[in-house]
Amino acid sequence: MAQMIIANRLHDGAVVFLTAKEDWVRSINDGLILEDEAEQERWLATAKTHEASCRVIDPILIDVVVGENGPRPTSIREQIRAFGPTV
Amino acid sequence: MALIRGNELVADEFAHVADGAEIPAHGPVLVGLEQWQAGRETLLARGAPVGIRLRSDQSPELVASDLPRLALVALEFPKFRDGRAYSYARILRERYGYKGEIRAVGDVLMEQLLFMVRTGFDAFEIESDDPLGQFRTAIGDFSVWYQPAADGRKTAVQLRHSRRPSSS
Amino acid sequence: MYRYDEFDHKLVAERVAQFRRQVSRRLLGELTEDQFRPLRLMNGLYLQLHAYMLRVNVPYGTLASKQMRKFAHVARTYDRGFGHFTTRQNIQYNWIKLEQTADILAALAEVEVTAIQSSGNCVRNITSDQYAGRARDEIADPRMYCELLRQYSFLHPEFSYLPRKFKIAVTGSPNDRAAVAVHDIGMRMHLNEAGKPGFEVLVGGGLGRTPYIAHTIRKWVAPEHILSYVEAILRVYNIHGRRDNIHKARIKIIVNQMGIDKYRTLVDEEWERIKDGPLEIPQEEIDRIHAYFAPPPYEQLEDATASLDELRSRDLSFDRWMKSNVVAHKVRGYAIVNLSLKAPGKPPGDVSADVMDAVADLADRYSFGEIRVSHRQNLVLVDVRQNDLHALWKELQALELATPNIGTITDIICCPGLDYCGLANARSIPVAQDIARHFIDIDEAADIGQFTINISGCMNACGHHHVGHIGILGVDKRGKEFFQLTLGGSSDQNASLGERLGPGLPQHEVPTAIAAIVAAYKELRADGERFLDTYRRVGIEPFKEAVYGPEAKKAVA
Repeated sequence: MAQMIIANRLHDGAVVFLTAKEDWVRSINDGLILEDEAEQERWLATAKTHEASCRVIDPILIDVVVGENGPRPTSIREQIRAFGPTV
Repeated sequence: MALIRGNELVADEFAHVADGAEIPAHGPVLVGLEQWQAGRETLLARGAPVGIRLRSDQSPELVASDLPRLALVALEFPKFRDGRAYSYARILRERYGYKGEIRAVGDVLMEQLLFMVRTGFDAFEIESDDPLGQFRTAIGDFSVWYQPAADGRKTAVQLRHSRRPSSS
Repeated sequence: MYRYDEFDHKLVAERVAQFRRQVSRRLLGELTEDQFRPLRLMNGLYLQLHAYMLRVNVPYGTLASKQMRKFAHVARTYDRGFGHFTTRQNIQYNWIKLEQTADILAALAEVEVTAIQSSGNCVRNITSDQYAGRARDEIADPRMYCELLRQYSFLHPEFSYLPRKFKIAVTGSPNDRAAVAVHDIGMRMHLNEAGKPGFEVLVGGGLGRTPYIAHTIRKWVAPEHILSYVEAILRVYNIHGRRDNIHKARIKIIVNQMGIDKYRTLVDEEWERIKDGPLEIPQEEIDRIHAYFAPPPYEQLEDATASLDELRSRDLSFDRWMKSNVVAHKVRGYAIVNLSLKAPGKPPGDVSADVMDAVADLADRYSFGEIRVSHRQNLVLVDVRQNDLHALWKELQALELATPNIGTITDIICCPGLDYCGLANARSIPVAQDIARHFIDIDEAADIGQFTINISGCMNACGHHHVGHIGILGVDKRGKEFFQLTLGGSSDQNASLGERLGPGLPQHEVPTAIAAIVAAYKELRADGERFLDTYRRVGIEPFKEAVYGPEAKKAVA
């Protein structure tokens, strides 16, 4: 299952995704998609150093499905985080 | 580990004796509840100040009758969020009139120091780059008190009505 | 209402400055998230799904118009143009930035509003009856005691790190509109034999994972002793409350584990030691606070019954609104007006900044500048002249605040749910909207009568689902949202916890299930029986049958 790393930015709480350049971006379409487990663990470890250096809070791996419109989280909760409230 | 007593950094004259460890022949000692209960007469016979360390699940009610003989009660904060010691400190000061040192040990952080002072702590074991600076900043955070505590500071209610000449 | 003196202003300013420093230390990494979290929660700041959420206190549900205008300003300047009123009479903003929070708190402090202890393991907002001081059935206005409790609990050095959150509610009326029986401490005003008002104190109520109705711990406490009595309860809780398991840490757990008699003994022993100390409230302070809650300068008016009857006979909409949203006032010629925040299609309890400003204006023109917030997530203007009711109604209609549904099936209590809240398992707002759409016919809703539906997106029960006539609880079943229904809950003086109806339903089946329950009720009800009464008389079986029985399956298919 493809995964991405999502977190909340510390200073403003915004939902952000980790990129290959180790930036955190608002749009899921610009985030890094991780296909294999070794990669996923390695990048999560990197994300956790960003938590320690006060850039983000609680980075986690989430499952995504990559479609023609870009990646989409599989869980409702993470969809809501990525795309906003449904109401 | 720094020790603040009153408003100053001081050296800690108490030897901290772990549970089950041997008690040094001389000098002030800080022991746990079990060690105190197992050998209070021996400890007192040494002729040096004795302090007792209480965990957060050990209320000072357990040692109420011993308090006149204890120079120090150390109350532990295993995690700063475990707030039982605030009640214990007030019980020591206000219910038992304890006049010895009440020391905060464990997860003692800057942002909780003022509440500790208010509830009756007068010594603090702090792990920090600038313990005294942090302590002095923390205790300066407030000048208004809504409720009475162990520190005897006048509350807003008391100050509001003490200004009226009619109150006796 | 209460006005800050120099002491109140100073304390709040000092707390804002302290918080500003705490934020700075957090951003610099001097505080870890673990160390910072209780500090920000004690200023009402949560980290939610999309951003930080700030919960601002509305003490005992009472607001001045200038405070409502400040809420609008905050919504516009720091958020996305709206706010959400909650089941604890507070307001929440969903799109807050940590770095701006101290500025927001400073702005709120300008109008004597705080977010102090709106969250955290401490004493939270003291809530009360939204009609306090105005209802005919009230013994006396309880809000002055709420104000005393508020000051007592703010930045209490001993009780800021309790095992868990602590919620207090106070009612001055025997008709309990403040849900005191499901609070950690509930207080009900009673007169003693000498005719003096005091409080019955209840303890250990609460909702959430393990709901409980509170027990009476003391039948009557004199008003000057309420602070010392609360201190005794809190001290016993702080020492004995469980800290091993976050789901077992509320006072309701320890009270029911120990038994109320044992808990009472411990409290009374402590109270004996402290009741005559400095927590006894001096008469001067009681008098000082009492003066702030003096009634406004009412005019001498007659009831406008004749002219209102005339208007009502000419306009069915006005008549409906009068029946459902307007409540009798203790002063002749005046009325209490509910502003429904449950317009069909809108998220329950949400208000835009523009409407907040409009409500502030209405309060100034129609109701002595005061607004109340109900735990049912509606607003109230409590001092409207009966002669003004028709004109006010027209203005409320234009603002979509006149839906004639107070206390009926579309006056739904609903938490923010998974659309906003990091704790949720399911979305609650779409369910509320679906149900409201289904029962959009006002005459039908009026015929159904008094009916409360409460929706919570998770076990934390911020929607108070346990005490809804119908409760709806969102659960996660294998990654899908399902909804469990309970029947027969009530938060008034005959409080009861709802009984589970059956297995969880998918979202699209919830409105049909509600419709089936309503149909069964209409068939079974005796003359004048509310749904709750019918349920208490006939039990759950007919409703189980209606929702899960073979007929039901056919209806859904």
